[in-house]
Amino acid sequence: MSPDKTKIAEQFIGAIPHSEALGMQLTEIGEGAAEIIMDYDERFIGDPETGVIHGGAVSALMDTCCGAAAMSHPKNPGATATIDLRIDYMRPATPGQRIKARAECYHITRSVAFVRARAMDDDENRPVATATGTFTVEAK
Amino acid sequence: MARARPEPVQVVKQRRDAALNALVHGIPYSQFLGIEFDRRGDELTALMPFQDKLIGNPLLPALHGGATAAFLEVTAIIGLSWSMLWDEIESGRLDPELLAHGKLPRLPKTIDFTVDYLRSGLPRDAYARAQVARSGRRYASVHVEAWQDNRARPFAQASGHFLMPRPDA
Repeated sequence: MSPDKTKIAEQFIGAIPHSEALGMQLTEIGEGAAEIIMDYDERFIGDPETGVIHGGAVSALMDTCCGAAAMSHPKNPGATATIDLRIDYMRPATPGQRIKARAECYHITRSVAFVRARAMDDDENRPVATATGTFTVEAK
Repeated sequence: MARARPEPVQVVKQRRDAALNALVHGIPYSQFLGIEFDRRGDELTALMPFQDKLIGNPLLPALHGGATAAFLEVTAIIGLSWSMLWDEIESGRLDPELLAHGKLPRLPKTIDFTVDYLRSGLPRDAYARAQVARSGRRYASVHVEAWQDNRARPFAQASGHFLMPRPDA
């Protein structure tokens, strides 16, 4: 990433207290696409027996990543809010591994941004979860 | 035929609350978000007290959509588990003492979860209730609604499908 974009990326997460509390790191953003990483953390466990991360933490990662993709689309003038978000959980994320989400805003109108995303652990060929969502496009 | 004398109310309450507490406090992520449950009979109300770390947009300010989604999902999973546990505890098949000592039941696994954001979440405490629409041997369907100051004005709702734990596991 260029120094410019790295700075934007740092500021982006820094401005969202909940994403910062979950230790998210924005690794790519621009032209309607975004990538965010979340490290494994025992505080985010959903099933103490297996150590698997809670679906809710994956939802927060997906929501942030989809929102970032919607905001970064050239046709989106400003902030955005989630209208709806659906997450399908394909398999439990491997305990100890970080989760990486990648989102793309594949269509945008004057009022709605359509976004899809996938979340992966170290095995990038088998996604942990996928998401589809719609986000608001704020008037200029 | 004489009916067995009902147990004293505080014994019943203590047993139910210990079981619920073990369930809720056994999930680290629900602890991280500060979620608690209020019980009246078998009805649960989830409570997520406001904290700064739940904010998604500091300018408004508004709760993060991810925090809202997680709150709804925790409410759905606990609500579904509780409805399964209730029968087991009341019939005496499950010893709540074991539960209270960290022997948690296997939890349902989320298959999919869809959240509708109806209005922005205010920097206030949030409440939620889950309704189990159907709970079969393998799959369950649950609906959840969350509100803040005004019960009649929900700020988010969700519905999801869950894979039920196998009874032998």
